Amino acid sequence: MCDQTFMAATFGPCDSCGKASPLMNIYIKSEAINYCSFCVEMMACQQLQKGETLQSLKKESDSLKKKLEEERGKLNDVELHQVAEKVEVLSSLSIKTRRVLKGHGNKVLCVDWCKDKRRLVSSSQDGKAIVWDAFTLNKEHGVTLPCTWVMACAYAPSGCAVACGGLDNKCSVVPLSLDKNENLAAKKKSVAMHTNYVSGCTFTNSDMQLLTSSGDGTCALWDVESGQLLQSFHGHTADVLSLDLAPSETGNTFVSGGCDMKANVWDMRSGQNIQSFESHESDINCVRYYPSGDAFASASDDATCRFYDLRADREVAVYQKDSVIFGASSVDFSLSGRLLFAGYNDYTINVWDVLKGTRVSILFGHENRVSRVRVSPDGTALCSASWDNTLRIWA
Amino acid sequence: MSSSSSIVAMKKVVQQLRYEASINRVKVSQAAAELQQFCMNNATQDPLLTGMSSSTNPFRPQKVCSFL
Repeated sequence: MCDQTFMAATFGPCDSCGKASPLMNIYIKSEAINYCSFCVEMMACQQLQKGETLQSLKKESDSLKKKLEEERGKLNDVELHQVAEKVEVLSSLSIKTRRVLKGHGNKVLCVDWCKDKRRLVSSSQDGKAIVWDAFTLNKEHGVTLPCTWVMACAYAPSGCAVACGGLDNKCSVVPLSLDKNENLAAKKKSVAMHTNYVSGCTFTNSDMQLLTSSGDGTCALWDVESGQLLQSFHGHTADVLSLDLAPSETGNTFVSGGCDMKANVWDMRSGQNIQSFESHESDINCVRYYPSGDAFASASDDATCRFYDLRADREVAVYQKDSVIFGASSVDFSLSGRLLFAGYNDYTINVWDVLKGTRVSILFGHENRVSRVRVSPDGTALCSASWDNTLRIWA
Repeated sequence: MSSSSSIVAMKKVVQQLRYEASINRVKVSQAAAELQQFCMNNATQDPLLTGMSSSTNPFRPQKVCSFL
């Protein structure tokens, strides 16, 4: 890199790098700065403030991290289960398998309920997505997608379309038609384009926007009609495995969790990462908001589920047991938020008391890993999807 | 230049940390009390928690009715 030739009035140690060289005497906001020409160039190109170097930035980031931990620690005056000591212990639950939905040819990877509380869409490794009526076990629609491992599926709020995506790096929206003879796959529309697999998708409050998470480490908000990218969310340093939209009507935040062991809360309009939580010891497989929207739970390969409060900005509960050693793949809350259903890789679903931190019940039935658990919109039933090719409805 | 990209990356990290450090936080005791309050308020409407009788729950098997 060639220096411009300049008249050097002084020679001496540079204020920034310390090396002895001809100094450029410049003024920044009427303050005299004596840097060598190299440091002046660096400052101009990287918009570093006076005195910022890689070392100083590192020091600042370390001290900020410590300060954050201290601030969070100061507010930890009591544990959630201590506050909940006065709450009545839950009586045993009588939840049993009420329906078994058979029809997929391979592992069922994802399931989502429709707002009408009876329909569900499920997607599988065999490349198919099926829309079921859970009351009658009727298969209403079947869509064949050109890729295997359809890892994400979602029902549109209107009930008129479903979105699915996976290893094809895309998320497609398929409008559901009442005409049985119509070929649904022909009407399929690719909305989201990522550079790696799509791990999760959800419609926002309307059919018009789709939020996706991907193995490329980003989340993105898309306009369904035009396929345009409206906002992208960068911050994860590894695959993002799950996302969930905040439950309020006006809400515009969502939480995502990934292989970097972090759960991040994002503002949908600005793309800003509002809060970040890092306490898991392995990949976070699933994140789900508490029904009030003030907290969320996460399930991880470290065999624990954790509960984070957004206003206290910290983890407030850990759901674990020495006998539970397999990773948790999915979580969902019951309607009141008192129960947390968590599906594990040891084929069971554990039901945890959110406030007390204890396990209330274990649901047995699946013959392979449970990949997803979802509570119906009115809270009457739980649907679980599993690698044993079936879905079960528990009530 | 790798050092300039890592400086830019570090700047982003520091900016993000500054932003996170400045948010308002609430004590865990208060947050926990509010979570508990929400649970208690909605507990009666939670079918999986309180259990539903066969007649109202669409998923529970109903008694078979036979023609007399």
